[in-house]
Amino acid sequence: MTDPIIRMQNIEKHFGSVIALAGVSVDVFGGECHCLLGDNGAGKSTFIKTMSGVHKPTSGEIIFEGKPLDFADPRDAIAAGIATVHQHLAMIPLMSVSRNFFMGNEPIKKVAGIPFFDHDYANRVTMEEMRKMGINLRGPDQAVGTLSGGERQTVAIARAVHFGAKVLILDEPTSALGVRQTSNVLATIDKVRKQGIAVVFITHNVRHAMAVGDRFTVLNRGKTLGTAERGEITPEELQDLMAGGQELATLEGSLGGTV
Amino acid sequence: MSDASGDERVKELSAFRKALIRPELGGMVGTVAVFTFFLLFAFDSGMFNAQGVLNWSVVSAQFMIIAVGACLLMISGEFDLSVGSMIGFAGMMIAIFGVTLGWPMWMAILVTFVICVAFGALNGYIVVRTGLPSFIVTLATLFILRGFTIFIPQTVERKTIIGGIREAAEGDWLAVLFGGKILTGFFQWMGDAGIIAVFERGSRAGQPVVDGIPMLIIWALVLIVFAHILLTRTRFGNWIFAAGGDADAARNSGVPVNQVKILMFMFTAFCATVFATCQVMEFGSAGADRGLLKEFEAIIAVVIGGALLTGGYGSVIGAALGALIFGVVQQGLFFAGVESSLFRVFLGVILLFAVILNTYIRRIITGER
Repeated sequence: MTDPIIRMQNIEKHFGSVIALAGVSVDVFGGECHCLLGDNGAGKSTFIKTMSGVHKPTSGEIIFEGKPLDFADPRDAIAAGIATVHQHLAMIPLMSVSRNFFMGNEPIKKVAGIPFFDHDYANRVTMEEMRKMGINLRGPDQAVGTLSGGERQTVAIARAVHFGAKVLILDEPTSALGVRQTSNVLATIDKVRKQGIAVVFITHNVRHAMAVGDRFTVLNRGKTLGTAERGEITPEELQDLMAGGQELATLEGSLGGTV
Repeated sequence: MSDASGDERVKELSAFRKALIRPELGGMVGTVAVFTFFLLFAFDSGMFNAQGVLNWSVVSAQFMIIAVGACLLMISGEFDLSVGSMIGFAGMMIAIFGVTLGWPMWMAILVTFVICVAFGALNGYIVVRTGLPSFIVTLATLFILRGFTIFIPQTVERKTIIGGIREAAEGDWLAVLFGGKILTGFFQWMGDAGIIAVFERGSRAGQPVVDGIPMLIIWALVLIVFAHILLTRTRFGNWIFAAGGDADAARNSGVPVNQVKILMFMFTAFCATVFATCQVMEFGSAGADRGLLKEFEAIIAVVIGGALLTGGYGSVIGAALGALIFGVVQQGLFFAGVESSLFRVFLGVILLFAVILNTYIRRIITGER
């Protein structure tokens, strides 16, 4: 395989006396879906916030496209091509799809030297991109609030891809979705991966991870136990790693393998 | 959703519901209703002759100037309760600088603008830095500014009203922009031609009863057009909506939310200072009690105009119509000979209706149940 797009080496992050990350190393390659699994409090959110420039690591190195990287804030990360679709969506329900799509990246058309928001361009591109992702909008001025949760995730992903993301970080995109909407989002992830974009898929649902993941890294109590390739690991093993191999084994019997 | 079958569940919106989600709708309906009412019941009272029109236009324009600022600020998700105190404070500063200290009027006005906009920036800075509700922060500013507005003139002049501003502003190039009138020749011509009434007796005999359009009205129109274009047609306008719609989501998308909010606080302070400057030029004096309750009147006009108190949604045109309704009703009741205290009753009722309607509209837009 070629060099990874982004390589996180021995990342540590401390918040005061709390050690959120105690040396995590992950490589992400273009065109793969790298699943980052972990239970609540395992440090997943801290880890991706470090990757997307929200937090500075206490120690450790981030190598992005072969160069060490030092983001001052999330805008730098976005400009470099690291886009994050957050668990709490970066979508504003009261605003139209096209205004949301271009939020922070508004297209400009100069009229008499004054920069105006180019609504025609924004509307046209939004409709096009949404059609590519398989969403039929009533119109570009439809409010995001009227879309379903899965459709909103798809808009957010389409937006990140449109603005040239090389690494797309998805923070629990399926956690609040129904079955059908989940499968739509997973299908979207597959489309994005095929365009050569590196997808980092954060989840605590092993089945969703197994459905699209190429490689799997499990975080547990701020540490990682290494990365497994697809086919090297079973869902049960992943589940065990996430839970730290403890109570779940005993629960397994009574729950009949439903978790 | 990837196939067409998802589509048949998206109902076409009826034209009525489409119109309903335009924020201006309430303001438009209200404006038509108010004008119909007064045309029917107060037509003969002089409300619709040249003087009457000017009368309610000026009052409406006053409301519009502060409503424009409050509107953009509310859409960006914040309030400013210090607008009224800012009006009193700004007027007093102009009087102190221009009359007591004897500075040239243009300098007094410019320095006052700088001080007041800086106070707006301070409001905004404290709000975004502390994360406190702007309601509380600007409530504090309300008292601080009002206190200074009473304290300063009492200390330096031993009174709370400072006059002589009109004399001090005589011939000043900047003061004319706030206290002057335009199209005076046109109005004189209309008077001569018998289109509008002229004074029959006294020192102004032969002059038209309305001798020009006050700059206050021009300021209102310029601010409305500017704010409307800024909000709907520019990148910054998108950031205003985004900052008020969901500040975290906006930040995640790279919108400089804090700067947007601080700038909107500054713009609100700017509007309040424009109001104050026009007012002191018109009255020729500054009083420590000027601008009382103006902050609430601005907010009410904005809400009547369809903006949501929670931010992220609203319209400058709507807010301007809200201010027009406000001005026409306040002056119209006077023309119609109705006891003026009933104006407050009307205000409360219409505010309640507007908020209920807005909440309903919000549900339609966001699809919440």
